[in-house]
Amino acid sequence: MHFISPVLWQFLIKWLTYFAIFPPEASNIAPYADALYFFLVAISVVGLGIVALLVVTFSIRYRRDVHPVATQIEGSTLLEATWTIIPLILFMISFVWGALLYFRVYSPPPNAMNIYVVGKQWMWKVEHPGGQHEINALHIPINKPIQITLISQDVFHSFSIPAFRVKREAIPGRYNTEWFEATVPGTYHIFCTQYCGTLHSQMIGEVTAMTAEDYEAWAAESTSGQSLAQNGERLFASLGCNSCHNSGPNAHGPNLAGIYGAHLQLKNGQFVTVDDAFLRDTILNPTMHEVAGYAPIMPTYQGQVSEEGLIDLVEYIRQLNSQYRIEQTIDNSAAQPIQTGAAPPETSAPALPPGTVKP
Amino acid sequence: MSTIVTLPDQSTARLPKVSYLNQEYGLKSWLLTGDHKRIAMLYLISITFFFFIGGAMAALIRMELLTPPSDLLAADTYNKVFTAHGIIMVFFFLVPSVPATIGNFVIPIMVGAKDLAFPKINLLSWYLYIAAGTMMISVLAFGGVDTGWTFTTPLSTHYLNTHVVTAGLAVFVAGFSSIFTGLNFIVTIHRMRAPGMTWFRLPLFVWSHYAASILMVLGTPVLAITLTLVVLERTIGIGVFDPTKGGDPLLFQHLFWFYSHPAVYIMILPGMGVISEVISTFSRKRVFGYTAVAFSSVAIAVFGFFVWAHHMFIMGISNYSALVFSLLTMLVAVPSAIKIFNWSATLYKGSITFETPMLYAFGFIGLFTIGGLTGVFLGSMGMDIHLTETYFIVAHFHFVMVGGMLMAYLSGIHFWWPKMTGRMYPEGVSKLAAVITFVGFVLTFFPQFILGYLGMPRRYAAYPPEFQVLNVFSSAGASVLGVGYMLPLLYLTWSLKYGKIAGPNPWQATGLEWQIQSPPLTENFVETPIVTHEAYDYEWLESQKPSEVPTVG
Repeated sequence: MHFISPVLWQFLIKWLTYFAIFPPEASNIAPYADALYFFLVAISVVGLGIVALLVVTFSIRYRRDVHPVATQIEGSTLLEATWTIIPLILFMISFVWGALLYFRVYSPPPNAMNIYVVGKQWMWKVEHPGGQHEINALHIPINKPIQITLISQDVFHSFSIPAFRVKREAIPGRYNTEWFEATVPGTYHIFCTQYCGTLHSQMIGEVTAMTAEDYEAWAAESTSGQSLAQNGERLFASLGCNSCHNSGPNAHGPNLAGIYGAHLQLKNGQFVTVDDAFLRDTILNPTMHEVAGYAPIMPTYQGQVSEEGLIDLVEYIRQLNSQYRIEQTIDNSAAQPIQTGAAPPETSAPALPPGTVKP
Repeated sequence: MSTIVTLPDQSTARLPKVSYLNQEYGLKSWLLTGDHKRIAMLYLISITFFFFIGGAMAALIRMELLTPPSDLLAADTYNKVFTAHGIIMVFFFLVPSVPATIGNFVIPIMVGAKDLAFPKINLLSWYLYIAAGTMMISVLAFGGVDTGWTFTTPLSTHYLNTHVVTAGLAVFVAGFSSIFTGLNFIVTIHRMRAPGMTWFRLPLFVWSHYAASILMVLGTPVLAITLTLVVLERTIGIGVFDPTKGGDPLLFQHLFWFYSHPAVYIMILPGMGVISEVISTFSRKRVFGYTAVAFSSVAIAVFGFFVWAHHMFIMGISNYSALVFSLLTMLVAVPSAIKIFNWSATLYKGSITFETPMLYAFGFIGLFTIGGLTGVFLGSMGMDIHLTETYFIVAHFHFVMVGGMLMAYLSGIHFWWPKMTGRMYPEGVSKLAAVITFVGFVLTFFPQFILGYLGMPRRYAAYPPEFQVLNVFSSAGASVLGVGYMLPLLYLTWSLKYGKIAGPNPWQATGLEWQIQSPPLTENFVETPIVTHEAYDYEWLESQKPSEVPTVG
């Protein structure tokens, strides 16, 4: 055809090269999602087939030319029951199957590797616990469960990896999680699927699934040298958190050692489990959950700590499993003081530690 | 138990000397009318206007998506265009489409009344619609709005500098127009039925409008509250939806979808009413399982209120509440399936002809079945994770709203056109238009299911090149679809002057509206009808044959 129309020929070549009709199956979730999809497609084809068959057959057999006299029929309870119950059973199967898949995708296994993703207009900021920071890119090892903890620092976004069949909304003010285990090395699309303003369609990225060795090499090469917990430690000291949370005998705030995962009693008598969301809420809005036994004197850090800073703090507190670590933090901050209230604000501005928001 | 119905000889039909169209003349007589039929015509003209504006926006969207980069429209313009398409099509076309035009015209006649219960409120509802429409047009004229039709916070409240407040208020006002229409229908159906017109003698069109009206009256105020909160949040920062002030942006999603999910039933139920009338008329047979179809409308209205959070499965609602909403979503799918099977069974042993309304109704059955079944994909929670916010969902609701509702609307417009205007539309070209619409529709929207499973996100001005082939199919289909929608505009306008005279009952249909002259008198009936037969009673119609339809003058 290239001698008929070179343009058309180019078009065809381009199209056939790029034409996709089914997404790659690259995670442990994907085969389950696809199985459900094909089941639903089968129901639809059969259902549509039955309706089409009825309409076409009746239209041919009972058209005016061959069937000039209509026979009036009231209805049939038996038939009504049939076409109520059979679709109901099929829909219930889809419900149970879908629910199983949903609980699977949104219940991360405890041994999953946690990666934080912060959405903002219009980019994805990825924070690995080891201190690798990426923008619009995500490097992960295959055959290892990866938990994504998502948050947005402005509007709603949605973190979607079609090749893994997972998606979750990134919402301001709350952590959402999803997990997957990549199975096939390669690069796949990351899309923001929730409309988020002007450059919504530019909020895309690539996830690179690598073998364990390649991932090790990448992680060693790309680290910023400071893990999230180390950043959190510096921030903890610079914000003066340790002046109350110092676990001393006269401390004004609760001891944070080993607090992650603990059950705390609140003033209103309820019990809460300390998790990422609880820690984030209490830093920004301390009066939201008042812990029994302590006066509500903690100031709010709303507007002073960025989402990344909060993640650093959460990671730090999560790993703060012993008294010794707290004392070490206090020693470190005494040895190398980072300007807090001591220096005048004008001069402190350029020296702000990462994670704080410029005033 | 059998009936032979023959179409009347139209060559002898004459237009009645006096009808609602020539009772009074002059612009004032139209703009100050209380006559439900004239208000229906005012609505018909206005929603047609908005349909073509929304359609032009759709054309721009499809042209932009012909190529992967955002080359025809800049990203901001594209966002404004799809927002305008969504707001106009949902609030200014789909919600009022069948109820405010066809429903307004025929419901009082179907129940045997002279008018709706509150003619002035009916007129007020049209004026509110026009006020809202003017606000929306002014939004477009002054630079548009780019929230998406869902007004998602905090994007709409804190991050956009377009005309969000005006657009929100336009939808707020349009909502009241819809509440008034629903209120009028409920009161009319309860209080103004003719002697002998019991609930179970009502045509199914009336039942489906009754169900839709309940949704309008109970659901729309929640939309009004939600939009008021968005406007207050944006103007004075009350903080209901702002997490930094202790608000919750998910609350907005709950409130918005509490209206907007029932709203899809507000849109589709009246269309289902049209299909019941058309299928029965053109197979000359009573609707199979009348009570099942009637109660399925009510069941849809009731269940429809308790499924809203299925729009939020991926947003971080509790897994267990998602479970409940998914279950209820599956239950609401059942009444729709019942209706589809009952319509199919109505054809059995009928005497079927294939006039234009029937072709559109067949299109409805096919496309709505696909739309409904793909809804089950989305109601199934685990599948929804992958499919939501992609082109799959775009294809799904276009199958229901355009393939379903718009087909039903066009079916109804052709079906009652002789009654509204007294003249027939041209049969040949209109059949062609029905076929073109169907083909264009499938070509436009079917590839979008595949695109959605591939993961192409909705509302993207630019997309990766591997999605282009299917997008080109879709855009090609959209141009065919455009022709399919232009044709009725042209030939229906033509038929106002040149169409054949229809006569009172060109289809030999059984509804009360077909037993009076076309176009009807202002007061509809010369004397109050006394109803002694059930809906779709073709034997009764046969026995009526010899008596002349009363006309005045």
